[in-house]
Amino acid sequence: MNEYLLYPGCSMESSARAYMESLLAIAEPLGLNLKEITDWNCCGATEYVGINLIPAYSLIARNLALAAQQKNGMKAVVAPCSACYLNLAKADHYMAVRPMLGDKVNDALAAGGLHYDPGTLNIRHLLDVIINDIGLDTVKSKVTHPLHGLRVAPYLGCMVPRPDYQNRWSDHEHPTELDDVLKALGADVIDFPMKTSCCGGHMTQIGPETAFELIRRLMYEADQYKADIMATVCPMCQLNLDAYQGEANRFFGTNYKMPIVFFTQLMGLAFGIPAEKLGFGLELVSARTALKQIGVEVPIKEEPKRRKVEGLPMPPRLLLKGNNGKKRIKEAAK
Amino acid sequence: MPQMTDERVHAGLIHEEDLSLLNEVSIKTAGVSRLEMCIQCGSCGGSCPVAMDMDHTPRMLFAMLRAGMRDEVLRSNTPWMCVSCYHCVVRCPQDVLIADVMYTLKGMAIKAKLYRDSTPPDFSQTFVGMVENYGRSFEFGLASRHYLTHFPLRLPGMAGMGLGLLTKKRMHVKPRRIKNIDQLSAILEKAKTLELAS
Amino acid sequence: MSEQKKQERIGVYVCHCGSNIAGTVDVEDVAKWAADKLKDQGVVIARDYKFMCSSLGQELIEKDIKELGLTRVVVAACSPHLHEKTFRTAAKNAGLNPYLVELASIREQVSWVHADKAVGTAKSKAVVSGTVSRVIENVALDEIRVPINPNTLVVGGGIAGIQSALEIANAGFHVYLVEREPSIGGHMAQFDKTFPTLDCAACILTPRMVEAGRHPNITLLTYSDVVNVSGYVGNFTVTIKQKARCVKTDLCTGCGICQEKCPKKVIDDVYEAGLGYRKAVYTPFAQAVPNFPVMDKENCTYFLKGTCKACEKFCPTGAIDFTQQDELMDIQVGNVVLATGYDLFDARRVSNYGYGRLANVFTSIEFERMSNAAGPTSGNIVLRDNKTLPKSVGIIHCVGSRDKNFNNYCSVICCMQGLKFAHLVHERTGANVYNFYIDMRTAYKSYDEFYQRVLEEGTLFVRGKVAEVTDAARMPGEEGKLIIQVEDTLAGKQRRIPVDMVILSSGLEPRKDAKEVGKMFGISCSTDGWFTEKHPKLDPVSTMTEGIHIAGCSTGPKDIPSSVAQGAAASARVLDKILQREVVLEPIKASVNQEMCSGCRICNGLCPFNAITFIEDDMKTEINPALCQGCGTCVAACPAGAISGTGFSDTQIMAQIDGLLRNFEMAAA
Repeated sequence: MNEYLLYPGCSMESSARAYMESLLAIAEPLGLNLKEITDWNCCGATEYVGINLIPAYSLIARNLALAAQQKNGMKAVVAPCSACYLNLAKADHYMAVRPMLGDKVNDALAAGGLHYDPGTLNIRHLLDVIINDIGLDTVKSKVTHPLHGLRVAPYLGCMVPRPDYQNRWSDHEHPTELDDVLKALGADVIDFPMKTSCCGGHMTQIGPETAFELIRRLMYEADQYKADIMATVCPMCQLNLDAYQGEANRFFGTNYKMPIVFFTQLMGLAFGIPAEKLGFGLELVSARTALKQIGVEVPIKEEPKRRKVEGLPMPPRLLLKGNNGKKRIKEAAK
Repeated sequence: MPQMTDERVHAGLIHEEDLSLLNEVSIKTAGVSRLEMCIQCGSCGGSCPVAMDMDHTPRMLFAMLRAGMRDEVLRSNTPWMCVSCYHCVVRCPQDVLIADVMYTLKGMAIKAKLYRDSTPPDFSQTFVGMVENYGRSFEFGLASRHYLTHFPLRLPGMAGMGLGLLTKKRMHVKPRRIKNIDQLSAILEKAKTLELAS
Repeated sequence: MSEQKKQERIGVYVCHCGSNIAGTVDVEDVAKWAADKLKDQGVVIARDYKFMCSSLGQELIEKDIKELGLTRVVVAACSPHLHEKTFRTAAKNAGLNPYLVELASIREQVSWVHADKAVGTAKSKAVVSGTVSRVIENVALDEIRVPINPNTLVVGGGIAGIQSALEIANAGFHVYLVEREPSIGGHMAQFDKTFPTLDCAACILTPRMVEAGRHPNITLLTYSDVVNVSGYVGNFTVTIKQKARCVKTDLCTGCGICQEKCPKKVIDDVYEAGLGYRKAVYTPFAQAVPNFPVMDKENCTYFLKGTCKACEKFCPTGAIDFTQQDELMDIQVGNVVLATGYDLFDARRVSNYGYGRLANVFTSIEFERMSNAAGPTSGNIVLRDNKTLPKSVGIIHCVGSRDKNFNNYCSVICCMQGLKFAHLVHERTGANVYNFYIDMRTAYKSYDEFYQRVLEEGTLFVRGKVAEVTDAARMPGEEGKLIIQVEDTLAGKQRRIPVDMVILSSGLEPRKDAKEVGKMFGISCSTDGWFTEKHPKLDPVSTMTEGIHIAGCSTGPKDIPSSVAQGAAASARVLDKILQREVVLEPIKASVNQEMCSGCRICNGLCPFNAITFIEDDMKTEINPALCQGCGTCVAACPAGAISGTGFSDTQIMAQIDGLLRNFEMAAA
């Protein structure tokens, strides 16, 4: 049985409500059994660690300690939110490589009657679990309404493929995991070159002009590729690209209307689950136009300006698929 | 060497005041930062998506650290601009934990009160305040306080977005509190008395 | 034990080694202690001296042997690896059998690993005591002399291998030159021009290749692999597999009709670096030596489907033979030179540079082939569409080198290579050229002048390690170009520079099978994978295995002049051995006590040198002293204790242990 401890993170209950709803909707068909960590607290995002190091890591470690208590033979802790995932994985990793840090954090945890031994938990991102534990074959088998004709730009964001302490992703710059899932859903997946470029993170609150430029770059590129919709894995990315798209448009005088949804929402649609149950309608840049295309015979659209190059042969592609792809490349290169 | 310096500080053989600025920052960083291994190649500055808005590129900042330019480094807006995208970390040929060093510099800047623009540190401090009170982040409270203090002129333009998020229940007007907030408070209180380099 | 025998007269010499030993060991005390406490063992004199290995130190020993009639000598100093030979030679000069001298390592094993002087001194005393007890049990031995086979095997037909082979052949001795590819020439044959003189690579290489191909003293074995090696210095037996060319070389005239008529075109990913094509039956390039084609069985229509045979039909001399099989041959050689070269770093691993994904990113070797007049674009520098001339080119240094994510070391030639490319692009296209570097490494003769020249040509240098090469434009002006995003560290700003073409100056890596090849020949590789030389400073072309030499890029990245120099150096070593006519072998050998051997044969399979044979008639095992290297594996394995090693007999070892322990309490007192 695929049982996991779930660390939702604060956004899943508010701004990324659609992520939570769609995740719960697809959990059952995928055979994913999720148990929330009891009384988990905020991971601190990218804010706490800039103020005070030990409290920041203790804040995260409380969650790790609680999860370790509840572990009971469950496979891993699953975090759907990229920043939460990174924080949990980073705390676990640094407490191990820097014993001084580990000791002080445990000192602090002891004041609350808790303790955490680094390495006890296996911390994974939701996408990783879907690809490697559940498997693309299972995903494919549940698809009843393939997303034919929908041009999807996969957008992973930064904190999932990087820094990747446990070598779980095929590449730091152009990983294929999200592409593979979307292809399994039958969608038309774009080879989006900016799939791991930053959305701006908290700059939308702190330095909005900088953030708008980062958002504009992504919109510009997605538009170049004539994407209908962007699929993401991170609540912050979705919030930034969705909620601030309007302000960014006004700042630059552009008129992008790129809907941003969570990949789990698209998975739900492909599994035949009705759109309302998947949190559609919660996005500020409406996905309605894009969704109208699903299930309808789509006429051949205008292809983007990139064409296959004739002339000298290209070197063969290095296979980047699958679990520990980077490790396999390293071994292949030996 | 980072580990050796760690042990000696821990054993009380070297004191913080005697460390060079570079070593001080290196020790205070969460992981093994390897800051002394920087060869100034510029991969970090080249990778950074927000480099054009930074006072100094990350590489320049480390050169300044090496030169002991404490004030200029802590006054620079560079750490505050960092979006933690980790491009620099994975591309650095010397395995320097650049993004984590940025966090350390933020903390040092706050302690020394040496930042030029108070917006980022205020935001972080407000966020932290919310988390310490409730155990969860409280976006509405955070956003209101933050925008009223720092970006009051943006508020009208953001009304549409704000209203949209509120009506779609993507933002709650009331904060949520965890059950065992006392446990969390006890942990954080103890944690605040502990420092990495002591 | 020693009570029954006549007591030996032992001299003990304790070295200060400056402060290397004396800093952590009270050497005078050790000497005094030995003279006093070990008298009952036979020690008649114990001295300490600042540098025992100096001529004065050695003279001390020689004088004592002559005047005091010493029958055994113990020198407590550094590791035997360094000076065992020195002291044994000194003893020999004074008339004492050299194998009656033993070294006690109180440097590597005591002073270098301890910090406390009391501990160091006590331990040294124990070590000296052990060695004294052991040396009593030593027996006088004579060196074994074996004739050297004057033939040499050179593995690898690149520039280093060719140089080495020619030097030995010109001295009048026979060389087998084995090369894996169908032709000799190696990587240098692929280049266009070489730095810093801009000599055409083929023009300077091909005369050497032809000379090697024609030399009466060189047997060229191309399209061949070494599959087995046995023996020892002076007497190696090497098995070579000659892969089936499917061409009868005695009939082939090299006319090339078979290649012309072959209908099957294949991407040539070896010589043309994947940029050009060849046929299924082919010679790799026009100046190939030997000029016999080779059939690619994996792509030949006949082998795949049973049809075609066009080459056979058109061959005027009937040289095509589809039935040809791989052949094994054994050769006897006295020395080996490994000049197996390098592999290029796979630039696809650096995904942020986009090689393999972005069409107009090229590696160094692809550019060499492009720039070469005999290459797939006839020497035109064009984009991947094979038509358009680039108007701006970016050349990136340090790809895959000096990087913890890939290879930690500097690949030596990439800076000069990058400058060379800049020059060639200027010359052929007039495009704007940018070079992106971290440091400019132009160390050797005329290299920095070359840098000056490239500066004069107007190359734009940007000091910064390129962060990413992308086709994702940020604004309309960047459309359709490759954008190089880099921090110009000297200007302190991030720059996005649009170019048409990017060339990656990729680094060098050891061959993928270097470890296996090393194992086969009995040598080791460093952590990075390059062959390990005997001494990194003073002995760059020898290995720890006598008779096996290394040269060229197989030992580490280097440029052509250095490879040539190393090839010649290796030949000098080989000739030195050949001219001595015989090799002196250490008499440290294993032998079987026939009465105790039960014929269990446990030892038979253990010998790494194939020195053990089983005599069926007697049901006993025998060891060949010529092949035995004294490793001791069989000695340890024999359950009956029937095998003993001279120089390391059970008696000697037990005596040493007794000596170590017996005096330990006394020493600590």
